[in-house]
Amino acid sequence: MKIYGVAVLAACYLTGQLFGELLGYFFAFDGNIGGVGFGMLFLILLGDFMKRKQWIDTESESGIYFWSGMYIPVVVAMSSIQNVQAALTGGWVALVVGIVGTLFCFALIPLLSRFFSEPKQD
Amino acid sequence: MEKIQQLLLKNELVVAFLFVGIIMVLSFQISKKLTRGRIPGAAIAITMGLVLAYFGGKKGIADIPVLSGMALLGGAMMRDFSIVSTAMGASFTEIRKAGRVGVLSLLIGISAAFFMGAIIGYLMGYTDLKSMVTIGAGACTFIVGPVTGNAIGASSDVIAISIAIGVVKSVLVTILTPVVAKHIGLNNPRTAMIYGGMIGTTSGVAAGLAATDPKLVPYGALTATFYTGLACLLCPSVLYYAVQLLMGS
Repeated sequence: MKIYGVAVLAACYLTGQLFGELLGYFFAFDGNIGGVGFGMLFLILLGDFMKRKQWIDTESESGIYFWSGMYIPVVVAMSSIQNVQAALTGGWVALVVGIVGTLFCFALIPLLSRFFSEPKQD
Repeated sequence: MEKIQQLLLKNELVVAFLFVGIIMVLSFQISKKLTRGRIPGAAIAITMGLVLAYFGGKKGIADIPVLSGMALLGGAMMRDFSIVSTAMGASFTEIRKAGRVGVLSLLIGISAAFFMGAIIGYLMGYTDLKSMVTIGAGACTFIVGPVTGNAIGASSDVIAISIAIGVVKSVLVTILTPVVAKHIGLNNPRTAMIYGGMIGTTSGVAAGLAATDPKLVPYGALTATFYTGLACLLCPSVLYYAVQLLMGS
């Protein structure tokens, strides 16, 4: 049943959020630290484990894949509810950071790739 | 007329499904027909979302009563839930396959984008800790920005900027990848994995590699899929404290 998959996803999500909240509380930080990241980590681990044990079938998995297919539409909805009028005063920041940041990362790729390939050639 | 409005108001979430569906159809058609797939449909759709938000108010388009369901569909709960779901299908064996190269390029890629973003943000007047961190996170991907901004309590206009940064990056990566591929040695699986980990914005990486050499797509996508999750973990925590430390506050 699809709901099994959705329930597994919900469990991972909630556990991740709890971890994030606890970590925030632990560091006396007003917020959630990495709840989404932890949730993803749990889903990778639990999903992998359940597949190996054959506790989850493709039908249940499709419940999870439905939500991952909804990811971009949800992000579109999210961007449509931001305070863009206020953000436009900082419109240049978006362009400059987007362009310079991306070019910087591109420039680092050949360095990294040289760093990783040299020991093997020797 | 009033009856219709009442109907739409009563079914706000369903109205949001329809509305987003229409945006997606339009965006993917524009991507295919006008840009011949050069600019990913997802990037166009998100840009459209931001443009629409301009016509609303403080809560973007959700300030228009019949579209208040957008706040439900695009709210933090749905967003985080659907993001977590994307981790399904990534298996531990695959992570191991990416190995040391993948992990290191992910860590370097996230830190490089983050600090570059935070520094430029600071230089352009966003000198408070929360804004710097959110802008730095936005330089990772258009997801990491709002997730981080929400987690640390940044203001909505800074969050909107962080989304816009991520969209600029996604579009730029798609267009630039085939152009610079030769210069950065992007013609083998190893470099493709490094590239995916350094750049990270999944739709941009997949589209860019597809235009460069379709055989490289799975290698780049492999590391890129972990980028958003790892960045959502690091930005509001380790990297936040790093900036706090550097700022001396």
